[in-house]
Amino acid sequence: MSDIKITIIDRQGEAHTIDAPTDMNMNLMEVIRSYELAEEGTIGICGGMAMCASCQCYILNFEHMLPEKSIEEEDMLDQAFFVEDNSRLSCQIPITEDLEGLEIRIAPALE
Amino acid sequence: MIKTDMLIIGAGPTGLFAVFEAGLLKMKCHLIDALPQPGGQCSEIYPKKPIYDIPGFPEVLAGDLVDNLMEQIKPFEPGFTLGERAETIEKQEDGSFIVTTNKGTSHQAPVVVIAGGLGSFEPRKPPIKGIQDYEDKGVAYIIRDPEVYRDKKVVIAGGGDSALDWSIFLADVAKEVSLVHRRKDFRGALDSVEKVEELSKIGKINLITDAEVVDLKGEGQLDAVLIRHKDEARGEELKETDHFIPLFGLSPKLGPIANWGLEIEKNAIKVDNTYDYQTNIPGIYAIGDVNTYKGKLKLILCGFHEAAIMCQSAYQKINPDKKYVMKYTTVSGVSGFDGSKKEAKREVVKSIN
Ligand SMILES: Cc1cc2nc3c(=O)[nH]c(=O)nc-3n(C[C@H](O)[C@H](O)[C@H](O)COP(=O)(O)OP(=O)(O)OC[C@H]3O[C@@H](n4cnc5c(N)ncnc54)[C@H](O)[C@@H]3O)c2cc1C
Ligand code: FES
Repeated sequence: MSDIKITIIDRQGEAHTIDAPTDMNMNLMEVIRSYELAEEGTIGICGGMAMCASCQCYILNFEHMLPEKSIEEEDMLDQAFFVEDNSRLSCQIPITEDLEGLEIRIAPALE
Repeated sequence: MIKTDMLIIGAGPTGLFAVFEAGLLKMKCHLIDALPQPGGQCSEIYPKKPIYDIPGFPEVLAGDLVDNLMEQIKPFEPGFTLGERAETIEKQEDGSFIVTTNKGTSHQAPVVVIAGGLGSFEPRKPPIKGIQDYEDKGVAYIIRDPEVYRDKKVVIAGGGDSALDWSIFLADVAKEVSLVHRRKDFRGALDSVEKVEELSKIGKINLITDAEVVDLKGEGQLDAVLIRHKDEARGEELKETDHFIPLFGLSPKLGPIANWGLEIEKNAIKVDNTYDYQTNIPGIYAIGDVNTYKGKLKLILCGFHEAAIMCQSAYQKINPDKKYVMKYTTVSGVSGFDGSKKEAKREVVKSIN
């Protein structure tokens, strides 16, 4: 299995095209953290359990390719702020080869 | 003034275990935590979830781990200041520190240990423009005294347990309760959801779903909220109210500790990990999730390790003239401040001539 290219627009609006491994059982939130694209302590607070919404992002393409939202994800997004129709919790999106070329924007952090 | 040997800010797993390690060295501890209960993230975020990487516990619920830690430190009789956030720190001439909380409780100790994790848990404030101008002028994120709302009009926002529970409670206290929620579904205990439904049917709660509070109105004091419905046909409505209480849960923030003159990197406190987890201010240590150094891992296991190392250094700071030699608990046992003593049973040795 190979790496895929993903474009992530950080909270400052800067786009980063990075390689994400498909063979490490990673989710999108973990990829964002490993590339340090969001300040430590502002993303992945619940460790990826759909319990904090700190990893919210907006899906800019390929929305139809992503797994359906679980009840937990729906519920958490429901409590979150800055939610748009294309909002997802990045910790609930596993990195797979199908996502080659995915583009996302990280939602704003709370003050 | 509360006086102690070691003042620990943060009663998460790291802070709790530090009490044990300090106790072995005969140092008394007092803990401050912004949350009303000990346990940090384990109690606040995931008490019912299993943890699999605590050595010796193939599986343990986070809540049970905290209960066990509390049991383990009982003999060392730690003091607790709970529900208060450590706000300021002042160094005294004798080298000790005075730490004061947001409620004015003062604590003095020669050594301060910050085990603050991701920070103190603060209410999540909705991103409504100018909301801070109405704080304590009609807007509150925590209900402290329900009597404040007697015979008043109240708008609560949120879809979780606390929004449901307080709507139910205030239905009998306030003149009018409206609950605004972004969806029709609520993520809360089933009986609370059903109770809110019932109260809504008999007109005791004004349930406004598929809607959000988007603006606040009033001159110096809140007198209305602007509610936007998802359904464009319904558009926006201005709702008169005396109080607006957004209840969207808690999220951790480093908070006041960030202004204590400590070296901060990536939202965490830099420490000297090659030696003792001391910060750039001698006498102040940082252990657990709150610290950072090259190779740091934010795991409970690492917090425990750091607590043990830190205590050796703190002991030397408090007792500069004494030499301490590390002992095994298996050999020396555990002597509590409450007079209790735990030790391994000795083998009976008898020689026969
Ligand atoms: C969902 C989830 C799952 C996890 N799973 C695991 C796992 O499987 N294994 C593992 O090892 N780790 C796990 N972790 C991480 C683990 O919970 C943390 O490493 C651990 O809680 C850190 O402990 P701590 O005592 O350093 O900090 P915390 O648990 O964060 O406690 C810090 C405490 O300090 C208080 N505080 C902070 N600032 C102040 C202040 N100014 N005044 C007063 N009080 C203050 C806070 O209120 C808090 O109670 C998980 C975390 C989460 C969120
Ligand atoms: S990391 Fe908490 S919801 Fe995704």
